[in-house]
Amino acid sequence: MNWNGNAVSDFMPHFWDGLLVTLQVLVLGSLISFVLGLVWALLMRLPSRWVTWPVGAVTEFVRNTPLLVQLFFLFYVLPEWGLTFSPLTTGVFAIGLHYSTYTMQVYRAGIEAVPAGQWEAATALNLPLARTWTAVILPQAIRRVVPALGNYVISMLKDTPLLMAITVLEMLGEARLFSQANFQFTEPLTVIGIAFIVVSYLASLLLRALERRLVH
Amino acid sequence: MSIETRPTPETNTEKSASELIRLDQVTKRFGSNTVLDRLSFTVDAGKHVTLIGPSGSGKTTILRLLMTLMKPDEGTITVGGQQLFPAGEKQVREVRKNIGMVFQQFNLFPNMTVLRNITEAPVTVLGMSKDEAVERARELLDMVGLADKCDARPAQLSGGQQQRVAIARALAMRPQVLLLDEVTSALDPELVAGVLDVLREIAHTTDITMLCVTHEMNFARDISDQVLMFDSGRVIESGPPEKMFSEPEQERTREFLGAVL
Repeated sequence: MNWNGNAVSDFMPHFWDGLLVTLQVLVLGSLISFVLGLVWALLMRLPSRWVTWPVGAVTEFVRNTPLLVQLFFLFYVLPEWGLTFSPLTTGVFAIGLHYSTYTMQVYRAGIEAVPAGQWEAATALNLPLARTWTAVILPQAIRRVVPALGNYVISMLKDTPLLMAITVLEMLGEARLFSQANFQFTEPLTVIGIAFIVVSYLASLLLRALERRLVH
Repeated sequence: MSIETRPTPETNTEKSASELIRLDQVTKRFGSNTVLDRLSFTVDAGKHVTLIGPSGSGKTTILRLLMTLMKPDEGTITVGGQQLFPAGEKQVREVRKNIGMVFQQFNLFPNMTVLRNITEAPVTVLGMSKDEAVERARELLDMVGLADKCDARPAQLSGGQQQRVAIARALAMRPQVLLLDEVTSALDPELVAGVLDVLREIAHTTDITMLCVTHEMNFARDISDQVLMFDSGRVIESGPPEKMFSEPEQERTREFLGAVL
């Protein structure tokens, strides 16, 4: 195997572009999945079957079909209906939506893990339902689920290369482009491989710090 | 069965003898198990009533029904002349303002400081200003002997301290009725006395009406105007503590007291 230091330095400008895109997808995708997942989890607790059945069906469908298929669908089919977004916007939305169907289950478990006594104390104090959620239940539920949400962030990071399929030039996209243009595969793939490890390690450090903050 | 609250000569003679709580033909079933069987009784304002009896006899269920943590299957419950069951959500909220509860497991909000546990409901439910709520919370914490624990989290306190905070939290809503559900049962033995002392003080210095489920018979004797003996979802005997603890009429009561005293 030949290692060419020049290939690395030639690739670096492309790498930084790709890294920036990967990080954008990761951060925005995570935020969407955190917010949407919570929305799904709360909607699923409504007493009306007119809400829970459609939400349950849609999220079940999204969770059980491949992200790649969803990416293609959003990228190629939506424009036929007159909805056109940039590849990056489509990718961020798709990955956020896909992962929200996982995070909703994490939230559900977190909400169910709040002891019944907390609800009872809120009732005994006559707290309104909305206040019970925002001041008592969710702060405790979310604190519990941060580690589990963090796992999905790492998992999402590893799914970001799928966006290459809809022409988003994240790290793998940049590496592939560079490789094909220069017939040098080892160096760019090695660089982005290391970058994935570093990003996931930094992300887990960040999440652990967040966890610690929330516990105290 | 209807039980009248008897005035006791030593205490509370100056207090109003008006009826505050009325349960009428209340039945509660869990599956095929009838926990309360057409139970009726009234409690006058300012009285301290202790519910005793073997576990599973329906004592705690009564407190939970009054706190609207569950609904009866039949019957009516009235507090302060207003119906609590059956009633719409809006009326329930209104009537429930008069009722506070202290739980066996404390149920403090672990995500809030001690002070915020106490001020949360007065501010959001009663619309009290934050300053006023804080001032009142500090007074209450002082009363329960925890003035220095304002900024602590519940997890940093002992069980006895947590329960005293829970008492302060319930009182901060200025309820007419305080429901005490085995409030010392989850505590280490050496912490029980501190909690009971606080409750004794409240019983003797305020005109709050208390309904108390407890296994602490000395405490019950101290604070009660009336003791109700439960068995299988019915009140089988009631009377002032002097009579109930020294010369109960029912064999079942004697048996129970013999076992716990």
